[in-house]
Amino acid sequence: MTLLITILAAAVSTVVWYASEKRDEYKFGLLTLIYWGASLMWMMDFVFEYAELKTEYFTQSFADILNDSLLGVTVVVIGLIAWLAVLLIKDPKGMFKKRLLKK
Amino acid sequence: MACFIVPAVEAVAVTAAYLATKKHEQKITAPKLSNGVQTTDSDVKITWSKRLGWLMALLWGGVLLLAFEHFWHGEVVPFPPFLSAMSSPEDTAEMLHEMATVGVSMAVTVTAFWGVMCGIAEAKVKRVKASLAKEN
Repeated sequence: MTLLITILAAAVSTVVWYASEKRDEYKFGLLTLIYWGASLMWMMDFVFEYAELKTEYFTQSFADILNDSLLGVTVVVIGLIAWLAVLLIKDPKGMFKKRLLKK
Repeated sequence: MACFIVPAVEAVAVTAAYLATKKHEQKITAPKLSNGVQTTDSDVKITWSKRLGWLMALLWGGVLLLAFEHFWHGEVVPFPPFLSAMSSPEDTAEMLHEMATVGVSMAVTVTAFWGVMCGIAEAKVKRVKASLAKEN
């Protein structure tokens, strides 16, 4: 589930990056790459686990699925926070500068 | 167990390469700009610092989220030795095996994906340049 949720986040952020006129201003490319990087790494993890467990991999308990889903959502939020931190530090719109000059 | 350490090591190396490349590119472009040299459409290219920036974001993004996943599962702990697998020699051996297999595969996959991304971007730039040349 973690892998699926991360891939979903990667796909949605890619669509936002493609459709938005302000992709450079809001650094949507960075958000996309964060999620794709994690998705690719978890995909390899899945390949190795599947090679070991075979179809048993897909017969997880409800508790495991719930735990994995919660982890997936948390990971998406952490990705968003990381992107937001970079956005605020780089401040492409110069918001902080404008506020400081105002005072 | 600690598979994300391999892409993390690659991320550190790529960051160093990115900083060195950016500095080198600034040295080349700064004198041109100060002499008033204008860039034209035919000068448009994807710089190596931009390409390395993509790889850096892929690697650091993946490493950050995977490190959190390991923390979630109790494989990374906030006190020394920071990796729970370091507590016994058997677990350490297993961890090293995982790093050599899963970790290396992760690093190779991300790098290959980045290679394809760069190839597609390069092809797009060439196509745009060709269409601009036709128009002129």
